[in-house]
Amino acid sequence: MAIIKRYRALIILSIILLGLSLISPERGTQALSLTSASLIDMFSLLPPILVLVGLIDQWVDKQVLIKFMGDDSKFLGVIIALLLGGLAAGPLYIAFPIAITLLKKGANIRYVVFFLGVWTTAKLPIVLFEVAAFGWKYTLIHVSVGLIFFYLVGVFFEKRFDPNTLLKEDITSNE
Amino acid sequence: MSQSIFLYGLIAILTGLSWFKDRQKTKKALMKAKNILVKLAPELLAILLFVGLSLSILTPETISSLIGERSGVIGVFIASFIGTFAMLPSFVVFPLADTLVSNGAGLVQVSAFIATLVSVGFASLPMERRIFGKEFTYMRNLSAMLMAFIFSFIIWVVLPWL
Repeated sequence: MAIIKRYRALIILSIILLGLSLISPERGTQALSLTSASLIDMFSLLPPILVLVGLIDQWVDKQVLIKFMGDDSKFLGVIIALLLGGLAAGPLYIAFPIAITLLKKGANIRYVVFFLGVWTTAKLPIVLFEVAAFGWKYTLIHVSVGLIFFYLVGVFFEKRFDPNTLLKEDITSNE
Repeated sequence: MSQSIFLYGLIAILTGLSWFKDRQKTKKALMKAKNILVKLAPELLAILLFVGLSLSILTPETISSLIGERSGVIGVFIASFIGTFAMLPSFVVFPLADTLVSNGAGLVQVSAFIATLVSVGFASLPMERRIFGKEFTYMRNLSAMLMAFIFSFIIWVVLPWL
């Protein structure tokens, strides 16, 4: 039963793909080739990020991270979150393993949630695309609304969640 | 592509340095990386299938026809709905948004689409839940959706004045 539950999403999606292929074989093959193309995209970023997460886990001293992103890091925590999220690349799901590792090392939830927000709205390479497409006024509104909003979400999450319950599952263990 | 080469190169150098300093720690770090990959494999595969499906169904023409300039608030909701379910590589997002606007989609609606596309992920929900747990995941996604509404509202009201 547990196995079925784990693969539930995958099974449902495969059935949808099968259905699509039956209705329109053309679209079905297209979906399949797009899936393999995104597999390549995923493997161009995810493995090194996971190794980075492993290295952070082994080398970064908890006390140091607490100083940079912990409860009393104040403005430094904001700056570090901005740098980490702003210089990042790739879709948000790549940020999840990084975020949980920061949390495990003693970062405050506020800065971790803010980091995820920065990742979605103020990634530097993407901001450049945004300016090219919609101009700097639009971009400025987007980035500032995003940063303010996700900082406030961080403040709220800090009150709402206990870090220990979030860290219940250790994704780096092999159980 | 160059981004990927840079990242692989950087991590290779860091791993090399780590190996030089402490083999045991490096082995552990690599094992941890492998464990995450194995553990999240079903969730990651689901994301990939989802990307393929959503890209093959949602062509730019389809999206533009759903969120036209006069679609109003309902258009904003439809746009956030599509953005929630779709999943695209981030460097494609703005070129696509540009195409949508030139195909007749409204800028306000496209803004809601962009904001949900990058921060609300139906496809990555299983993965996010596995890492952070149910409550955190749903609340983060809901708040990101709220951000999309606020942002498109501001674009609606403020941008014409600038």
